[in-house]
Amino acid sequence: MTTTDLAAGQGVAPRTLPKAGAALDRWRVPLTIAVLAVLPFVLPSQALAVNVLIYGLFTVGFNLLFGYTGLLSFGHAAFFGTGAYLTGMAIALLGFGWFPAMLTGIVGASLLSVVIGALSIRTRGIYFCMVTLALAQLVYYVALQASGWTGGENGLRGFTVVKADLIGGFSVNLLNPLAKYYFIMFFAALALWFVSRVLNSPFGAAIEAVRENETRARACGFDVERTKLLSFVLSGALCGLAGTLSALHLSIVPLDALGVHTSSIVVMMTMLGGAGSFFGPFVGALVFLLIEDVASLWTTHWQLIVGIVFILFVLFLPKGIWGSLIQIVRRRRAS
Amino acid sequence: MSALMEVTDVGRSFGGFVALAGISASFERNKVTAVIGPNGAGKSTFFNVLSGVLQPSTGSIRFKGQELKGLKQHRFAHLGIARSYQITNLFPELSVEENVRVAAQALKTRYDVFSHRDRYPELAQKAEAALAEVGLTHRRARRARDLAHGEQRALEIAIALVANPELLLLDEPTAGMGPEETKEMVALIERLAADRTILLVEHKMKMILGLSDRILVLHHGRLIADGTPTAVQADPEVRRVYLGQNDGYA
Repeated sequence: MTTTDLAAGQGVAPRTLPKAGAALDRWRVPLTIAVLAVLPFVLPSQALAVNVLIYGLFTVGFNLLFGYTGLLSFGHAAFFGTGAYLTGMAIALLGFGWFPAMLTGIVGASLLSVVIGALSIRTRGIYFCMVTLALAQLVYYVALQASGWTGGENGLRGFTVVKADLIGGFSVNLLNPLAKYYFIMFFAALALWFVSRVLNSPFGAAIEAVRENETRARACGFDVERTKLLSFVLSGALCGLAGTLSALHLSIVPLDALGVHTSSIVVMMTMLGGAGSFFGPFVGALVFLLIEDVASLWTTHWQLIVGIVFILFVLFLPKGIWGSLIQIVRRRRAS
Repeated sequence: MSALMEVTDVGRSFGGFVALAGISASFERNKVTAVIGPNGAGKSTFFNVLSGVLQPSTGSIRFKGQELKGLKQHRFAHLGIARSYQITNLFPELSVEENVRVAAQALKTRYDVFSHRDRYPELAQKAEAALAEVGLTHRRARRARDLAHGEQRALEIAIALVANPELLLLDEPTAGMGPEETKEMVALIERLAADRTILLVEHKMKMILGLSDRILVLHHGRLIADGTPTAVQADPEVRRVYLGQNDGYA
């Protein structure tokens, strides 16, 4: 599969579904939330479950741009990292509460995505990948240099949120891993509902049209550049949300949150789960993190194993795990 | 009656290569005009300029009195200009119905991220009407890529029709079709021509002579003839550069 194929969202399942598939589509948000709700009890550790949740949400945001709009960005760490850094900085440097800090992170990541999106969406294929990568690296080096605010190479520390006060005098003890998991899951659920709304909306049809055939979409009357930009910004905002949740979870923002490694793992998670599928991002995040969890016990070269698995998927299962399962089920139902 | 579209001294160059030079023509409402010429004559460039894919290097194009030069391509569909492509150009993974409905949506709502797309029933009605017009209603649930070639060409026209365009540009609508499919396409174009202005590029001369009210002949990017099919057939230069290559008017 070439980069252009990837950028064109190859392997994306058609939207036209048999009735059973349409029902699955209608209930996708509650079903996904139900699965996420039991995750802490079925995975080897609650830390792994939280990571699946956060990276799954990061992948959901990325998937909106890659899987549904057909744009392969190699710079989405910029939004994840910016969301994380601004949340941490708002708490550590400005004394914000957890919620205004989260809003700061999301708004900051969204504004950054407007800038990076505006500069990159006029390019296509490999050039789009490279422009997004270069601009994200720029953000990375700004964070590295601005060590007075960001902590530089050591990352940002000193903003532990032990308790999240809610309206009505309630609060969530974030030192309790399970409480923290469901606190984070609440925002993930909101994001999933939002993404589902977007996909079902006329704008969802517009991004499908752009993914399928940009030339034809433009001839039909779609402003392709504006459509891509809006998709890019929505994607950036969701990745920013994932970053803010990561900051609240870890109480530290490593510099690597902005690095190329973070940009590349979200691509791998999306491909493993299935680009253009709703639940695929969480499957991809789960598989990737499980391999990392297990393989890193055996060898320090665990990334080699992840890399081999990724290559095998791209070659032999380009629709990813969830995407392929959906395809098999639909074919059986259709026949 | 004023012309629907007026093209004045339009030229288009690519670096030093002049693909179109000094083309002037006006297109009356509800007429079929064919654009012919040998390969490399500039027909596709002319179509691309008229549909906003390419900007003209020189000259002016006015549609219903409005200057089109400098306008972004997507605006052309909103003004009432739709086109089909020489190479089939669809949304391949979407169903036939979705192909047409999303085209109808482009003129209605594009950035609504919250409403459900099914809340616009008029789009489905428009899609249904366009599919009925090209005879594809029975294929509505089929994926576009799974259609036969002739059906894909018809779907292209349905996508263009759903915008209810006043000017329809058809770039080789029968390309790659067998005799039966060509016959069906000709019948479709004849039906469409009753209340639309159609501009088409074709190589099948017999079809063009039967369909067109007027023919423009391009050669090396220049307009060498403009007239009725009878007049163009009799033009010695046209016979020399083009019709001589089409003995029998295949």
